[in-house]
Amino acid sequence: MIRKAAAILLLGVSGAAMIPFQKSLDATQKAAGLRMTALDLDLRERVGQMGFLAALSGFRSPLAAYLWIEAHNAWERTEWGRMAGLFDTVTTLQPRSLLYWDMAAWHMAWNASVAALDDKSQPSEALRIRNQRQYFKLGRDYLDRGLKNNPNSAFLYERLGVLLRDKLEDHCGAGEAFLKASQLPDTSPYIARFAGYELSKCAGREREAYDLLKKLYDKGPEERKPTLISTLQELEKKLDVPPQQRINSPKP
Amino acid sequence: MLTRITAIARNTFTDLVRQKVFYILLVFGLCAIGSSVFMAQLRVEAQFQMIKDVCLGAMSIFTSLLAILATANFLPKDIEDRTIYTLLSKPVPRFAYLLGKLSGIIVLLFLFTLLMAVVFSAVLWLRQQAALAEIRTEFVSASAEELQQAVKSVTDSTFNANLVPGILIIFIKSALLAALTLLISTFASSALFTVMIAAAIYFIGHLQATAREAWLQGVDIQWWTRILVAIISLLFPDLQAFNLADDMIAGAAIPWNVFLETFALGWTYVAVYFALSAFVFAGREL
Repeated sequence: MIRKAAAILLLGVSGAAMIPFQKSLDATQKAAGLRMTALDLDLRERVGQMGFLAALSGFRSPLAAYLWIEAHNAWERTEWGRMAGLFDTVTTLQPRSLLYWDMAAWHMAWNASVAALDDKSQPSEALRIRNQRQYFKLGRDYLDRGLKNNPNSAFLYERLGVLLRDKLEDHCGAGEAFLKASQLPDTSPYIARFAGYELSKCAGREREAYDLLKKLYDKGPEERKPTLISTLQELEKKLDVPPQQRINSPKP
Repeated sequence: MLTRITAIARNTFTDLVRQKVFYILLVFGLCAIGSSVFMAQLRVEAQFQMIKDVCLGAMSIFTSLLAILATANFLPKDIEDRTIYTLLSKPVPRFAYLLGKLSGIIVLLFLFTLLMAVVFSAVLWLRQQAALAEIRTEFVSASAEELQQAVKSVTDSTFNANLVPGILIIFIKSALLAALTLLISTFASSALFTVMIAAAIYFIGHLQATAREAWLQGVDIQWWTRILVAIISLLFPDLQAFNLADDMIAGAAIPWNVFLETFALGWTYVAVYFALSAFVFAGREL
């Protein structure tokens, strides 16, 4: 009995000795962007007791995968509200997963928004359009929150740019998003071109767009896509660039 | 001494293999293959993420279960079979007996993790090849740049260097759980009690970091809650520190310094729990 009590005491002493080590590792892991997910009461309400227990016990990603499949099933049944709720939970469980943010935004801004516009149960076209725009905003909100959690993601900036360009027709915002994406590591080569195209449609930023696209044009033939050439030629006219400085590619 | 420990470890390993623990690999294989077939309706990147979620989650569950169940069982079984008396009547110190047993279990856990990693990699590789073949067919008339981007999106979603440290951390966590279960079994009177307490510690251990923060950061809580969180912080391991698979699946990198510190903490726990087990077992009446 004395030996057992001594062992528990020694366990406590060794636990106390390891606390600085545990704290240091905790700080190192958090500095590396690990273990950042907050498992709070809000999540507890959304996933239920067993789900919360699973999330606390190291099964956060399988739980997120399960809920994602549930969201996929909800999509097949076009239950948009349920999908949004499930996406909120999944992205809370796995905030570092770019895929979840992107897919949640895509479902809301592309699929749910089209369904809202085609909603036969809503006779008012004005309300249908309003609902559609709300889904666009919801899609944007996922990408904004995704970027808050993953500020160095070229992929999410690219997806934000696409959403702003194709759904909200916000060319200035899209240009800015593509520009940020193009400056990050792991960006795709076409993103800088996209930034130029969008900025060329943004009032007051034509010069910036021209400089960017001209720089790409000067890189060589692999960048001289038909859209880049035609956009540059339009900008040359708009900015009144002297003829000797204009590109000499034929009009595509 | 080392020969005796090795012999006990080898026997423990063989005994566990004879108990057909590797049949769990079949279940794991079914999980991996089943998830990859079922997920075929999702987007390619989503499929890979789901396969990783399911497989790494299953690896974590199976290794933890095996660590707790295999370790909880051996001491009561050896007492019941009376093999412990045969062994300890020879010049085998009690700590050597425990070390041999624990080493056998840890070797088994390593092999088990390795085999699961092989099954997981094979399923991932096969899905990757299928996805790449589909892309090459679909992008036959696309530009080289577009094809390269599509191929990159697939390869980026499948294998990355982080998988290796992530899987090793799952193994270290299972070794820690084996050592912890060994400590409980030196106190316990039955395997059932050991399993129940180890399972409870497993859940509480994942909250240790939260309890530690509440205790050390002076969060405004009642005095008895403060005592409770202090006890949890001191007596329980910080299992959240070994829970990096979730972040790893999401694409987060595990830097080498983080891996080495986690590795060191894991083995420190193993050493502490083993030393305490040996201390308690030395005085136990058999």
